Amino acid sequence: MSATSPPGAAAPRATPAVSRQGDAAVVTIEDLYKNFGSLEVLKGIDLAIAWGEKVAIIGPSGSGKSTLLRCVNYLEVPTRGHIYLEGELFGERLVDGRHVRMSERELASQRKHIGMIFQSFYLWPHLTARENVAIAPEKVFGLPRKAALELADTMLAKVHLAEKRDAFPERLSGGQQQRVAIARALAQEPKVILFDEPTSALDPELVGEVLKVIEELAAEGRSMMLVTHEIRFAQNVADRVVFIDHGVIVEQGPPAEVIRRPSHERTRSFLSQLLQDG
Amino acid sequence: MIQFFEIYVAKLPEWWPEMLAAAGSTLLLTGYAFGIAIVFGLCLALAKLSRNRVLSRAATLYVELMRGIPTLVVLFIIYFAIVPLGITLSALVAGALGLGIHAAAYVAEIFRSGIETIHRGQREAALAVGMTPRQTLRYIVLPQATAIMLPPLINMLVIVLKDTSICSLISAPEIMLRAKDLASTYFRPMHLYVLAGAMYFAMAWPLSLMARGWARRLGRGRHGA
Ligand SMILES: Nc1ncnc2c1ncn2[C@@H]1O[C@H](COP(=O)(O)OP(=O)(O)OP(=O)(O)O)[C@@H](O)[C@H]1O
Ligand SMILES: [Mg+2]
Repeated sequence: MSATSPPGAAAPRATPAVSRQGDAAVVTIEDLYKNFGSLEVLKGIDLAIAWGEKVAIIGPSGSGKSTLLRCVNYLEVPTRGHIYLEGELFGERLVDGRHVRMSERELASQRKHIGMIFQSFYLWPHLTARENVAIAPEKVFGLPRKAALELADTMLAKVHLAEKRDAFPERLSGGQQQRVAIARALAQEPKVILFDEPTSALDPELVGEVLKVIEELAAEGRSMMLVTHEIRFAQNVADRVVFIDHGVIVEQGPPAEVIRRPSHERTRSFLSQLLQDG
Repeated sequence: MIQFFEIYVAKLPEWWPEMLAAAGSTLLLTGYAFGIAIVFGLCLALAKLSRNRVLSRAATLYVELMRGIPTLVVLFIIYFAIVPLGITLSALVAGALGLGIHAAAYVAEIFRSGIETIHRGQREAALAVGMTPRQTLRYIVLPQATAIMLPPLINMLVIVLKDTSICSLISAPEIMLRAKDLASTYFRPMHLYVLAGAMYFAMAWPLSLMARGWARRLGRGRHGA
């Protein structure tokens, strides 16, 4: 167990190929396949996220971006392939050289190190903003209630919502709800945060406040996987952009290359479509 | 009409202590039966929702079976199964067990729909912060589901309360049995059954009011999400 992502940790910008134990990858995705029945959604994804690296994932609707994120924390169980967190096998154990699924309990104790932000926030409506943030520190990490609530206050302040701590989710705007959801993830002190289109469900005038918070987190040197349709944002924040189509990585590289000078026809047509719509 | 009430004035002092004691048994029966229904019903609901095919099939089968069999038949089956174990306790125990496992089928459906109402995303968010499925149920699903489920559960409690009357048929010492005994002793069946009815009503009505009040509060409350 190493510490959580320290601000400004030396993060190699170069993109390693599939990497394992002992190197700088916080998340390693290896030969990942996912089928839903006969539908093949992911078809062999290999991707490693270095410590402190921010990887933006772009691609057309239905290309498998959400499924990819959900496989990383095993909300979906991969059909084939493996996930590693800090080089350690995730969601599975090796028994006599064979991969065996973990119990839900063991899985939970690994999942707590990964933060996840959903498109539709999914705050818990029976809890206040503060309780939404404090419950994992208390019940999952075992902090005393008082310490958990103080931690929640700190995290809410980080997303500029200190004064809303006693509000129930239904009293908050979409942008505020998403920021509470971000505070909730931060309270896990996650090694990596997965964002699944965090601003897609928001009214246009609320997008900015959420993007600003995510940018601030990025500046702290946190490791992130970010599915987004906000191309300009991806360009500003990401160290690497990954373009996915039909369940495979078509092209990846620094934003300046993938977004400005895409080398594949599919990437080009996707981007031009997106820029027209935006 | 006046005469009708005069008989109550004359006889109630004799009937009342016996009927009151019987009401105590009725409440005891109701409490145990409902307790069994809640615990067993929650198990059935979780079994039904589980990913384990065998478990969920078995629970579904049980629920369908119970819903198709009259309470009285279940009661008789349990009674005659339990009689050999000891006569004295048997009527009350059999009554509570029979009513309980029968009501459990309905309670299971209430729990299942209550749990399913909580959006899948909320459960996934709980798993994502590292809660175990058990913690998710305890801290996220049940607190919200309870609020939704309370009115139908209270209604179920009222049904169980009224259904205890059929336990008189296996000679459990509750209101109906006592009323029947007194009716034949005093030759006043109308008076005693009206009294029995009034006693059931006095216990059931406040519960119904509570259920309705709660449902109205929910309609206004913040549980729509
Ligand atoms: N639980 C599921 N069962 C069956 N099919 C699913 C399931 N989840 C996703 N799919 C299908 O998998 C495909 C990829 O879905 P996914 O949500 O990963 O796409 P996406 O790239 O995130 O799209 P979007 O940009 O619209 O969010 C879609 O065709 C979707 O219908
Ligand atoms: Mg998606």
